Amino acid sequence: MPSHHPISDVEIGRRAYRRTQNVRSVLVSLVSTLVFAVIIWLTVVNTPGWERVQQSFFDLETAISAWPRVIAGLWVNIQVLFFAVIGVLVLSVILATIRTLRGPVWFPLRALAAAYTDLFRGLPLIIVLFLVGFGIPGLELFPRNSAQFWGTIALILTYSAYVSEVFRAGIEAVHPSQRLAARSLGLSHGQTMRIVVLPQAVRKVTPALMNDFVAMQKDVGLISVLGVVDAVRAAQIETAAAFNFTPYVLAGLLFVLLALPMIRLTDWYTARLRAREQAGSLV
Amino acid sequence: MTDPVLRLEGVRKTFDERIVLDGVDLAVAPHEVIALIGASGSGKSTLLRCINLIERIDDGRIWLGDRDISDPRVTADAVRARIGVVFQQFNLFPHLRVIDNVTLASRAVLKVPRAQAEATALALLDRVGLADHARSYPDRLSGGQQQRVAIVRAIATNPELLLLDEITSALDPQLVAEVLDLVRELKGDGTTIVMATHEMAFARDVADRVVFLDGGVIVEQGPAAEVFSRPREERTRAFLRRFLGPA
Repeated sequence: MPSHHPISDVEIGRRAYRRTQNVRSVLVSLVSTLVFAVIIWLTVVNTPGWERVQQSFFDLETAISAWPRVIAGLWVNIQVLFFAVIGVLVLSVILATIRTLRGPVWFPLRALAAAYTDLFRGLPLIIVLFLVGFGIPGLELFPRNSAQFWGTIALILTYSAYVSEVFRAGIEAVHPSQRLAARSLGLSHGQTMRIVVLPQAVRKVTPALMNDFVAMQKDVGLISVLGVVDAVRAAQIETAAAFNFTPYVLAGLLFVLLALPMIRLTDWYTARLRAREQAGSLV
Repeated sequence: MTDPVLRLEGVRKTFDERIVLDGVDLAVAPHEVIALIGASGSGKSTLLRCINLIERIDDGRIWLGDRDISDPRVTADAVRARIGVVFQQFNLFPHLRVIDNVTLASRAVLKVPRAQAEATALALLDRVGLADHARSYPDRLSGGQQQRVAIVRAIATNPELLLLDEITSALDPQLVAEVLDLVRELKGDGTTIVMATHEMAFARDVADRVVFLDGGVIVEQGPAAEVFSRPREERTRAFLRRFLGPA
């Protein structure tokens, strides 16, 4: 804030003191990080098996030759992720809305939605993948779809159960007086939900949702168990061909890179929410 | 007397075993302003909630115009759209701009085109001196401004009846006046109002009729001047003594 007041000596002294304190703490943390890193590095490098581990896990040539296949596989993961995210958002909002319906008329639907979330939160994703990926095509009810398709469905089924609970928590965190005000204006239950409750609920749970999204980003790698040639499967193929585990490390790094923007975005958004709530206070 | 806008007949309401309204009869004439007074828990707010069909009554009848709105076959949403309500805590929608708060009911319930709804809303906001804040979010406004927006939101659909539920109780004392001035203006426009209030001076000044509720029944009612200066019932006198101090 521009000010024409001369800064008092006391304030100048305080600022100088804070500056030296800042410099000192930055230095301390730099040095301690460096020391820590060097110790870890020396320990690992001096282990008896390091030479062999380095060859079979961190081999640059193997990484380069595996790159085209693994990156093509990652593109499959991204496609699956894209459709799964859309599917999860739609299904989980529907589930959460059903679970907040009141009145005896809705009991069957409500019970069904509750049973669904119980079931799919309990079932390990890998079992759902096997059951959906191999079971449903076995019914021969649908035209033959790819393993990629059924893998996406399995992800949607599992993650919707989690995400719907996040949405439900958000819906219930919107103060009842908001619903009251909306209904008093003559809005129907559905309109109240859509225009007043859900937008506020989504805002409240966005950090949690983003976190689930990060979790899903890496779980798309599990569709490889259905035989989809995604990044994980591609790495497996390359590993078998080269007798070298480096492709797995490569795929792992790519998944981390894929997740990083979202992780940073989540942190930033959470910090912004907190800043808004604390309105600039120091603690 | 012309047909009443609102008529209550033997309205009863209990919560579990507790009787909150124990047979309330009341008729509100067009353009009449009624102040409901009484201690906390006397049933004022519950009465307003029953009129707006937020609470279901346990007996009696409520007529809005010539419709019996206590009939379960009545569409509650349609009835609520004909009644404006303002709450103690404002209850503005924090994720919507002021203009969208005000136009929501017109657009969503009455299906008024957005441009037309916004023109009406802006005119109303201008009248209460808040046109500059139309594009702001509610949390940028003071309590008094928020409550004025809430009032504008309630009257934007041109309701037949306006219910005010202790609308100044959550406000800092210096903000109360701006809200009460607006209510006074609405009375000047001929709005029919039923308000629950603790502002005795305001009730005396603005209300055509004061209704004193105690223990879920109307103990006494009459022109404001009369109830305040010559209360007939001992219970009214005791209540006013507590609220206004010994005369």
